[in-house]
Amino acid sequence: MMMGETAKNSGIVMSSRIRLARNLNEYPFPLRMNNVQAGEIINKMKKIISESGMEELQNFLFVHMQDLGDIDKQVLVEKHLISPDLAANKKDSAAIISRDEKISIMINEEDHLRIQAIYQGMKLADALNLGNKIDDLIAKKSNYAFSSNYGYLTFCPTNIGTGLRASVMMHLPALVMTGYIKKILEVCNKLNMAVRGIYGEHSSALGNMFQVSNQVTLGQTEEEIVTGITNAAMQIIEQEAAVRNELYNQNAVAFEDKIWRSFGLLTNARVLTTDESLNLISDVRLGIDMGIIKDVKMEKIDQIMLLIQPASLQKFVGRQISPIERDVKRAELIRQKIFES
Amino acid sequence: MLCELCHMRPATVHFTNIVNNQKVEMHICEQCANEKAQFGFVFPSFSTSLNGLITELLGFDIDSGNSPKFQNQYLETLTRRKQCEKCGMTMEEFLKVGKVGCSNCYTAFEEKLNPLIRRLQGSVKHNGKVPDNVARKASVNKKIEELKELLNKAIEREEYEKAAELRDQIKSLEVSLNDDGGNG
Repeated sequence: MMMGETAKNSGIVMSSRIRLARNLNEYPFPLRMNNVQAGEIINKMKKIISESGMEELQNFLFVHMQDLGDIDKQVLVEKHLISPDLAANKKDSAAIISRDEKISIMINEEDHLRIQAIYQGMKLADALNLGNKIDDLIAKKSNYAFSSNYGYLTFCPTNIGTGLRASVMMHLPALVMTGYIKKILEVCNKLNMAVRGIYGEHSSALGNMFQVSNQVTLGQTEEEIVTGITNAAMQIIEQEAAVRNELYNQNAVAFEDKIWRSFGLLTNARVLTTDESLNLISDVRLGIDMGIIKDVKMEKIDQIMLLIQPASLQKFVGRQISPIERDVKRAELIRQKIFES
Repeated sequence: MLCELCHMRPATVHFTNIVNNQKVEMHICEQCANEKAQFGFVFPSFSTSLNGLITELLGFDIDSGNSPKFQNQYLETLTRRKQCEKCGMTMEEFLKVGKVGCSNCYTAFEEKLNPLIRRLQGSVKHNGKVPDNVARKASVNKKIEELKELLNKAIEREEYEKAAELRDQIKSLEVSLNDDGGNG
């Protein structure tokens, strides 16, 4: 079985995300703001985006949080389009999302503005360009809170300066399997990078999905931060690829057996919990990435990973369902979608 | 219950803070509390002696009225009462929650903020992108400085016509700066 070109392989890196935090100078930060001010900011931003004429923002989706039900809010969180904070927010807040879901602008979360650009695969530089484009657009018509010493001023001092959080979402099953992931975590910590599991509580990395992001936002340029994360990600990719190879070469039959067993369960089980699904999906994804499983597309398995999340699943089914029914529907959804093209 | 910060040790320090009608609760362990205290965060004392408790609450030692220690602690209390002119947040509030109320707080609380930022970020000088209007202002200011130098030289050389020209240029640039300042 051949390995794809792992250095450029987007299989290990699922997505790249840029987040810029910005505030308007003439208003207190959201926590100290009243609802009149909150409304003003929302209208102002909506106007700026509508009048922008920017191609990427044509026919954008405007979401007023107070008009959204809990499930719809949670779906947006599961798709990584808004943060759990925004969903839980009691203040008047909103989100502007581009049709292709590459851009998401959160309004009145912790800061007045959180501009987010997401790309599939290892594309941090592209994401930064897009984020900057949106930022420049808004900056032209606004008075950002900015000081020459501390840069862009934010609610929390951990975000000042560039206001930039650059992160990469990675699938690292081999590193977890062999325990090498701990070493990765140590090294990243020393480099002031945060590594955390995306699914599951705290450090348990359900589905072997991890997010690597910068912790320092002040003192470096935006390009330096992006380069730093990109370099770290490239090295982690190399490690993951090397360990995959090693595991496979040690005992190819056992390796494939594990993958195919998971595939068998995933495509035939009648009852599947989220946790079990995520772990099976991780194995299948690894199989696809390594050319072992050929009948399932990578995009499809990634789409399924999102659809089986609790709120997205309920949305898919179209009605409120009990937890037990959810597990049945989840298995059904997977069987239905996995071989689609 | 477990500490909300490290999720390892039991939470023994519990505190509730009400900021602007919002309740903020924290339950953390002694170790994390001490670590946070290093950053200037203040937590209610868990000292058992009455004097210790009052010292914490009032911010100074009762029985040493005029000692230098008293004066320092008195100044400390005054510093903590400092308010941001724009949003009304106090330094004390900031020290408790670690977040600011508005952009002006960064100026109002500079004294306590600067060392905190240095510890959090490893630096206190921004080195990245600058918003367009700020960059524009900076370059206009620079141009004004250059013109002022030329103006002085022209006056020295008694080239009064040239000086008048320069003075007009400077004036129009300064006016454009003021216009820009009101830009929302």
